Amino acid sequence: MASHNLKHALFCAIVTLIISYPILGFNLESQGIDVTLEGAETSTVLGVLLAAVIVFLFQLFRDNVMGSLRQLPAVNPLANRKPMEQSKRLKLESTLLTLMVIGALIWPFIASRGAVDLATLVLIYIMLALGLNVVVGLAGLLDLGYVAFYAVGAYTFALLSQYYGVSFWFALPIGALLAALFGLVLGFPVLRLRGDYLAIVTLGFGEIIRILLNNMTSLTGGPNGIGGIPDPTLFGMEFGRRVKEEGNTSFHETFGIAYSGEHKVIFLYLIALVLAVITAIAIRRLMRMPVGRAWEALREDEIAAKSLGLSRTAVKLSAFTIGAFFAGFAGTVFASKQGFISPESFVFLESAIILAIVVLGGMGSQMGVILAAIAVTILPELAREFSEYRMLIFGAAMVLMMVWRPQGLMPMRRIHIELKRQE
Amino acid sequence: MQDLLYFVQQLINGLTIGSTYALIAIGYTMVYGIIGMINFAHGEIYMIGAYTALIAITGLTALGIVWLPLILVVALLCAMIVSSSMGWAVERVAYRPVRGKHRLIPLISAIGMSIFLQNYVHLAQGSRNIGFPALIEGGFRFGAEDSFQTSITYMQITIFATTLVCMTILSLFISRSRIGRACRAVSQDLGMANLLGIDTNRIISATFVIGAALAAVAGLLLGMYYGSIDPLFGFIAGLKAFTAAVLGGIGSIPGAMLGGLILGVAESMTSGYLSGEYKDVVSFGLLILILLFKPTGLLGKPEVEKI
Amino acid sequence: MLEVQNLSMRFGGLLAVDQVSLDVQEHEIVAIIGPNGAGKTTVFNCMSGFYKPTGGKILFEGREIQGKPDYKISRLGLVRTFQHVRLFGRMTVVENLLVAQHRHLNTNLLAGILKTPNYREKEQKSLDRAAYWLDRVGLTELANREAGNLAYGQQRRLEIARCMVTEPKLLMLDEPAAGLNPAETKDLNQLIISLKEDYNVSVVLIEHDMSLVMDISDRINVINQGRPLASGTPDEIRRNDDVIKAYLGEA
Repeated sequence: MASHNLKHALFCAIVTLIISYPILGFNLESQGIDVTLEGAETSTVLGVLLAAVIVFLFQLFRDNVMGSLRQLPAVNPLANRKPMEQSKRLKLESTLLTLMVIGALIWPFIASRGAVDLATLVLIYIMLALGLNVVVGLAGLLDLGYVAFYAVGAYTFALLSQYYGVSFWFALPIGALLAALFGLVLGFPVLRLRGDYLAIVTLGFGEIIRILLNNMTSLTGGPNGIGGIPDPTLFGMEFGRRVKEEGNTSFHETFGIAYSGEHKVIFLYLIALVLAVITAIAIRRLMRMPVGRAWEALREDEIAAKSLGLSRTAVKLSAFTIGAFFAGFAGTVFASKQGFISPESFVFLESAIILAIVVLGGMGSQMGVILAAIAVTILPELAREFSEYRMLIFGAAMVLMMVWRPQGLMPMRRIHIELKRQE
Repeated sequence: MQDLLYFVQQLINGLTIGSTYALIAIGYTMVYGIIGMINFAHGEIYMIGAYTALIAITGLTALGIVWLPLILVVALLCAMIVSSSMGWAVERVAYRPVRGKHRLIPLISAIGMSIFLQNYVHLAQGSRNIGFPALIEGGFRFGAEDSFQTSITYMQITIFATTLVCMTILSLFISRSRIGRACRAVSQDLGMANLLGIDTNRIISATFVIGAALAAVAGLLLGMYYGSIDPLFGFIAGLKAFTAAVLGGIGSIPGAMLGGLILGVAESMTSGYLSGEYKDVVSFGLLILILLFKPTGLLGKPEVEKI
Repeated sequence: MLEVQNLSMRFGGLLAVDQVSLDVQEHEIVAIIGPNGAGKTTVFNCMSGFYKPTGGKILFEGREIQGKPDYKISRLGLVRTFQHVRLFGRMTVVENLLVAQHRHLNTNLLAGILKTPNYREKEQKSLDRAAYWLDRVGLTELANREAGNLAYGQQRRLEIARCMVTEPKLLMLDEPAAGLNPAETKDLNQLIISLKEDYNVSVVLIEHDMSLVMDISDRINVINQGRPLASGTPDEIRRNDDVIKAYLGEA
């Protein structure tokens, strides 16, 4: 056994060297049309060697390492605690949520403008992730083109405002409904497909929509995008220094306060917050309704679900459409926040990030998804020097989660249902 | 006559691209045939093959070696070794631990792996595209001097020839060798093959290694053909190759070949007669139509749902 | 109420079911028996709409249903269980029963999101029905467990309860006693009889456990190699030479 281990460990170490040394150890440098090769810094080379040694040692003592790892007390100190009583837990959870929302309401008035702006982005991601959670987490449909619906929402607002001068508040429901319509129309043919095919097809759809946005230059401005998207108004009051639209008043003049760019940022943040809360509550209700249970049933066992009279197409389509609806919501807010959109914002990577949020948080778990959205958006900002490693870490985290904890960091918890006793 | 020459040119271009798609598609189709999962990171393996080949070519040139066949063979070997090792490692790290779990889990793991590898190369080699020297230049031309000429370059001939050789070796390997026979047994029935004493883990690893090696070949060829590479170029090529695999019938090796050629021609016809911008739309559209109307592809076998 | 006429099912070159006919009257338990691979489950799959039969007719309450999509057939009141239990594993026991009642619930999304009184009332009704059946099959204590974590016998009972909350007219059980111990089989026996007597449901079952079949069936159909071999009351079947030959020949 020992010699077998040694051979295997040596093999693994050599593979480690092969896959890391050529790529990391040499740097290709473009100089005009010529390409030259330079050796990497010594530290990188040492790192590669170190990695090989670690792999070697780990594989050599694999059984011992894994054994002692298993004997370690659970890392989570809460793991062994008895689960809290249902009613108590619910109360605690709802108090916590209320406190969070109240905090989120007060917070922007103290925080800096940049922080509030980032928080708005976090809220947009929360909406997106909650919507995708319905599709992936509950209904079990892997949608890799989710960003397409986000784009539909954003472009709907941008185009409506550019050509017809439609305001944010009108565009919001239109954008969401149009995204839902897209979901319905695109979903109808593809939802018959098996899980992995569905993933690829939705990815294809997402790419097609992006390419179309890029190439329909006369309508969408192509790669240059659309600018000058108006900010939301509050009962006809604008937040700019000067009123752009006739008939509107400006916010700072109405209240007789000095103009400040922060008003607008805070207002947008508050809108995003309200919409995110509405999204969370609506989806929470849906989860506990027949349609929500049907989503999960179909995810668990399609054949059994059909044998009980659930129409596969109708149930899947409802999940797909509702997910798209909330993406459209988020897209409208995004367009308004940026003031400018282009196809660059709707690449596959964006779908992958939203998927990563859902996977890390825990598929189906709302609380987990919200926390993951916050973490995924804020962490790279906090550690800027690591920000270029962001996607690398995401990728690795997705793999590790699937291997060790496919249920996510905060797995979905089942709702306890109290039944009346039978006499 | 002009029109015909133009058409023939598009056909040649399409078949060239198509045969490299076919090489990459083999990896998808073999893995799918054996463990029923889409190896999402396969496009990245191909990209890494192209990078390794470029590193080897640049290194050899810097050492003063100018004999072309030597450069090509060494670059090819390097690319194949690195890509195969990568394919092996990816399967070990990201797929084997999740094998047999709910369908979404390996797929998400694969997507994570794809993102990871893309950024691995991006961090190591930068995100800009890098010029790939066209080592094989020149070609034959047909048609009148003063009008449109159909050309077939030596590079294109090399691509056809290499693909043909690879496919022949692969078919012989699958039909004659022990591992090849075991591969077929495992793809028929994994559990049964296991009972019969076939080391299925080994066979699955072998599948990944073979697929990765062929992808590396395609990486070198396409790198030279296009003249530049970047860390993202595996992603789209991977999708195209997957489309080719599905088109031909996933799980079927001749199907992958056929699907690759059809897809390549469809794309180059779109570029030639419509607009280069829409060639991706056409191939994704083709993928969607195939999956909707003939999910088993052209040469695939139908699956019977068991209850 | 159910009539199968000359049902045939061909997979490629294999004729799995060949000209099988059977019928089920109201208030009746009918069994389908036969050696392994005789095509019993294929007959079931055709009846429940998972397969589209290649020949013959299936009439349910006078209407042709062959080739209809599975979920529509189940909505007519023809509900089945599976040879290998198929529960919604990561949902709780109650949730399994609630899913099955989706048709009795208000499907209006807005009513649900706003929790209108009408919606609440219907939700409560389905909860009561779930509670009733859980009590009936003795799973009340486990109501909030994940269905996938139940013992095998419990899973079988839950699957039957899940069919019953849909208020079917005809219940199709695919090897309900498979994997059960003698005591559990006896309970199952009584449960099936009670379904017929107390809830007025007709039952078609596939079963290998001969004592169960002989005890509870009103009539039995024997299939061998996809073809009908005999049909009649348990006593007639017991004395049928062809059946004895088929079974002894197999043994």
